[in-house]
Amino acid sequence: MRNKLLFTGLIIILFFSIIAILAPLISPYNPSEIDADSLLVPPSPRHLLGTDSLGRDILSRMIYGARISLSIGFIAVGIALAIGLVLGALAGFYGGLIDALIMRFVDIMLCFPTFFLILAVVAILEPSIFNIMVIIGLTSWMGTARLVRAEILSLKEREFIQAEIAIGASDFRIITRHLIPNALGPVLVSAILGIAGAILLESGLSFLGLGVQPPTASWGNILIEAKSTLGVAWWITIFPGLAILITILGFNLIAEGLKEKLG
Amino acid sequence: MLSYIIRRLLGIIPLLLGITIISFSIIHLAPGKPTTIQQALNPKVSLEVRERLDKLYGLDKPLYVQYINWLGRLVKLDLGRSFGDDRLVVDKILERIPITLVINLLSLFFIFIIAVPLGVKSALKPNQAFDKYVTIFVFLGFAMPTFWLALLLMNLFGIQLAWLPISGIKSLDFEYFNIWGKIGDLSRHLILPVIVSSIGGLAGISRYMRSSMIEALAQPYIYTARAKGLPEKSVVYKHAFRNAILPIVTILGLSIPGLLGGSVIFESIFAIPGIGRLFYEAVMMRDYPLIMAEVVLGAVLTMFGNLIADIAYAYVDPRIGYKNEK
Repeated sequence: MRNKLLFTGLIIILFFSIIAILAPLISPYNPSEIDADSLLVPPSPRHLLGTDSLGRDILSRMIYGARISLSIGFIAVGIALAIGLVLGALAGFYGGLIDALIMRFVDIMLCFPTFFLILAVVAILEPSIFNIMVIIGLTSWMGTARLVRAEILSLKEREFIQAEIAIGASDFRIITRHLIPNALGPVLVSAILGIAGAILLESGLSFLGLGVQPPTASWGNILIEAKSTLGVAWWITIFPGLAILITILGFNLIAEGLKEKLG
Repeated sequence: MLSYIIRRLLGIIPLLLGITIISFSIIHLAPGKPTTIQQALNPKVSLEVRERLDKLYGLDKPLYVQYINWLGRLVKLDLGRSFGDDRLVVDKILERIPITLVINLLSLFFIFIIAVPLGVKSALKPNQAFDKYVTIFVFLGFAMPTFWLALLLMNLFGIQLAWLPISGIKSLDFEYFNIWGKIGDLSRHLILPVIVSSIGGLAGISRYMRSSMIEALAQPYIYTARAKGLPEKSVVYKHAFRNAILPIVTILGLSIPGLLGGSVIFESIFAIPGIGRLFYEAVMMRDYPLIMAEVVLGAVLTMFGNLIADIAYAYVDPRIGYKNEK
């Protein structure tokens, strides 16, 4: 039953990842190509998922959008993971003042509604793909840090770590060779949920016009037009939204399946 | 209990300092002075405005002096004037807070009264039909982009069926209604926004309630209760439920930042004049004093939300306060 969840999730993510990687090969049109003769065309054999108000092919924009949305998800979480692992490991391993300082910092960061923080930074720096990745990464590492710290606190008491300490292994070796690898299970689950969260954040930002900037397509910014064409061009609303929903679902299923697997 | 509350209240001082330091750093993130960027982005900003800004932030002084000055004004709620219309930032925020609070409190209320029974019912017969439907709903709720849900609901109820208004919080002829008409009109406008802002919390809390209840039902005191022949109803609702619901209080507190962040999105979509939409407008216009004020406000609201949740938790579960006493 649980492996079925994991399997379904993996298939979904694999599917979207392959589309993202092969984008230039499988995309029927140039995603930014404006075609004044086919504005707001409903789904048809020529344009499988229809066109937007500039005549751009929705399917092609979604295929290229997959690249942007997925890479923002993965890279933002990569950044968050790096910060969370380092700070969590330091806090858990050394305890005392270092632990107190880092955990206070985590508490403070958790007070900010993530979306507020991201918007404030976007208002100051320009909203570019690079900035979005970094900002999402810098504002979503706190959960990982707490998790890593808790795992390391409990691992530290175990015999094999005590043995390492007794034979005089360096702190660096203990942390990187023994503590972090043994804490990775739950961290992996939270990282996968984090990718889903980052993709949702990016789509929300782009939908508000504060994320990935057109003409570059992302699933969120294709939907910018959805509100003004509501009731006129349903395909603009339905398809990109479904892509986001199914992708997030895929990551959540993987996380849920892994959670059961890891016990 | 009292000493627990006092200690928690003292604990917010370092948090407040941290919040203000981070908020303050954000505006200094940008290369160059915030005022030069303001000018580069918006040529309309005159030299006079720029000088006023320089003075407001004391940009000619060292950073720590700037911070302390800014903090001093913040304490007096002197948040400066908006770049957009030159009104006091405090006034602009205060007039927008009530509607956001109403929507978020309504959402919390509906999340609570719907998610808790869902979770309990799922937990009583795990992995059976009802639980499976709830699980599917939970997964969809987690994966649903709120703005997309908003668009779908607007299309269905606002355009196709034309049952509900999709924009603003009152109709054009609002002033002519009597008091009940006004309440009715307001409620009709709030239905879609409240549904949209509750959906994530609904999924999360019902999931949490389910696992909390399953855990409570496996406790030794449940066996004792059953062994001494208590009716099943009393075992479930008096013994298991009361213990399972306790942690939910904290979770509700923790969902505040998410609700506030979400209000930016749904207030923008539904054109609701709350602090979320105000924030969005401020970001679009690069209205720094307003942005800074909103960031601090969001963090402070979240902090007090957590504080209230913790104290409420200690109140309903005295073991918490006692444990911390030691």
